[in-house]
Amino acid sequence: MNIYGDHGNLLVVQRRLEWYGYEPEIIHYNVGDTFPDTVDIIVGGGGQDSGQEIIHDDLLKIAPKLHKLAEADVPMLMVCGLYQLFGNFFKTAADKTLTGIGILDVETFGMGERLIGNIITRSEDFGDIIGYENHSGQTFLGPNAAPLATVIKGAGNNAKDAHEGARYKNVIGTYLHGSILPKNPRIADFLIHTAVTKKYGEFSTDIVDDLIADLARETAQDRPR
Amino acid sequence: MPHPFVVILGKAVRYAARLRGGGSALPGLFVERISPDFIKTTLAQLPHGIVVISGTNGKTTTTKMVVALLEAHGLKVFTNRTGSNFTRGVAAALLGDIDVKGKLDADIAVLELDEAHAVPFVKAIPPRYSLLLNVMRDQLDRFGEIDATAKMLEKIAQATTDTVVLNREDARVLRIKDTLSDQKVELFGLSDDLLAHFPSDDDMRSGVVTKSKRPPARVVLKKYAGNEATYAFDGHEFSTTLKLNGVYNVFNSAAAIALAQAVLGKDLAADKIITTIANVTPAFGRGESLVVNGKPLELVLVKNPSGFRLGLKSFSPEGYATMIAINDNYADGRDMSWLWDVDFETLSHEGVAQVAGVRAYDMALRLQYDEVKIGHIEKDLPAALRQFIDVNSEHPKRIYCTYTAMLTLRRELSKITKVEVVS
Repeated sequence: MNIYGDHGNLLVVQRRLEWYGYEPEIIHYNVGDTFPDTVDIIVGGGGQDSGQEIIHDDLLKIAPKLHKLAEADVPMLMVCGLYQLFGNFFKTAADKTLTGIGILDVETFGMGERLIGNIITRSEDFGDIIGYENHSGQTFLGPNAAPLATVIKGAGNNAKDAHEGARYKNVIGTYLHGSILPKNPRIADFLIHTAVTKKYGEFSTDIVDDLIADLARETAQDRPR
Repeated sequence: MPHPFVVILGKAVRYAARLRGGGSALPGLFVERISPDFIKTTLAQLPHGIVVISGTNGKTTTTKMVVALLEAHGLKVFTNRTGSNFTRGVAAALLGDIDVKGKLDADIAVLELDEAHAVPFVKAIPPRYSLLLNVMRDQLDRFGEIDATAKMLEKIAQATTDTVVLNREDARVLRIKDTLSDQKVELFGLSDDLLAHFPSDDDMRSGVVTKSKRPPARVVLKKYAGNEATYAFDGHEFSTTLKLNGVYNVFNSAAAIALAQAVLGKDLAADKIITTIANVTPAFGRGESLVVNGKPLELVLVKNPSGFRLGLKSFSPEGYATMIAINDNYADGRDMSWLWDVDFETLSHEGVAQVAGVRAYDMALRLQYDEVKIGHIEKDLPAALRQFIDVNSEHPKRIYCTYTAMLTLRRELSKITKVEVVS
């Protein structure tokens, strides 16, 4: 699914890998495709409610493979719609329950209120995470999920607690668009670093210049919700 | 009839706002507050009723074409010319055109309305005709989801009393046809060859454009090459040269013809269509061309990924200095995600001379990941514009800008060159 610039996340992973001296191969997985044998990083996007229903059956079919990869510490980034479906279930506003694949111990409920606006969160691993949220599903963490970050400005997972996103092993679920990775290169590098060291045992010594990202973060922090 | 006091006071606020330059909605807001029925009572006087034009992209230029077509056939048309397409923009435009007694001298109103604002508007004032252009991702932070935007257009169609004109090539718009029972429906479309130039947001990443069986359309844009377009209309074919640029503008000329047909019926004359369409120039900031220090400077309004992509596709960067100005004020949309759904690789050979606006660094970051060279980054628009003009004095220039960035840039440009006065 691609909406709200999820393509940006993929582009950032691809380019940074190239800048670090690797040759990434991008595989676009769509409904009904053969799931590839070797996967090093998975990036998944958001969609509208209608799009979620379309991919739902297929996602359940490939769930065992995704579980195996998650248990094997493969890094994944799931934004918005796929974050919800990586959880236990998504009960829509129309009272229809979509079963999730349960990699993340979270539950999502469709609500009347839409949580929209600039958002800043703080994470121990990634520092301040800056982005934009736009969702009507509200997500609550179960006992086996850790939040990705704590909300400083904005709503995050839901209108009640201060959690944003979820984390299990190297799987990250989040509501942040913006897109998230361009303005939060630490998360991009976490995905890349984890995948590369897993595959080759060591990581490139090249450095990427993130000055423009830092300045874009500075601007975003001061913008109204 | 609106109270004369409201009219005079509104006109005064409008004059004051024009002295400030730019924004046209303020005086309308003022009148809306003190006399909520102002628009309704004023427009109810018109013999040919009201036309509402809505959709994500191309409203302003399409409205301009519809107005020109109707005027060419002798109708007196009231319209909201500035692209201020919120209800209060309509009120502001009305204030300019009515006499102090509140009488509007027109046969028909042709109004461009923003999707969200159109819904309460048509509920209060049902239009006789509506033209629904497209639904694309735009300002999703205001509207929620694209399907929700389609629902808004559906409501406009359902409130229409006579004829609804729909885009056959936009699946979400075409679907509205099935929800209508009392209205006449007319379609406009593209030939199969041209369809490939118009990937929808749904097709965008797959790159596949589906050419499924489509119902016949009243007006079809058959060919478009260089500055000549060919239309098929009621079994005839006719061609015209164009001053418009950009494939999307040209497609919308087919929409304008279909709407004019709905209003005028058999009075619509082919020779008048040809001369009118040939002479229409792009609207305010939709490929508008100014002259600065003897070199052309084009302003291209960009509001959403599909519009930006089509803009980049329509205008070759060769020989031009390019500036991109991105703001994130309410009218622009606050979410910057959309920039990541536009490919900027076509600019990589020439680079981008100047990046500007509140979100200049977000734009620069986007260009960094497409490996496009950047000349200067300056958030402050007047300063950025001066730098852009000074550094690139020998080159024709093009500025891609969001709505509020355009208002500021036009105000700055009007200090140094002739800028068409819009009110």
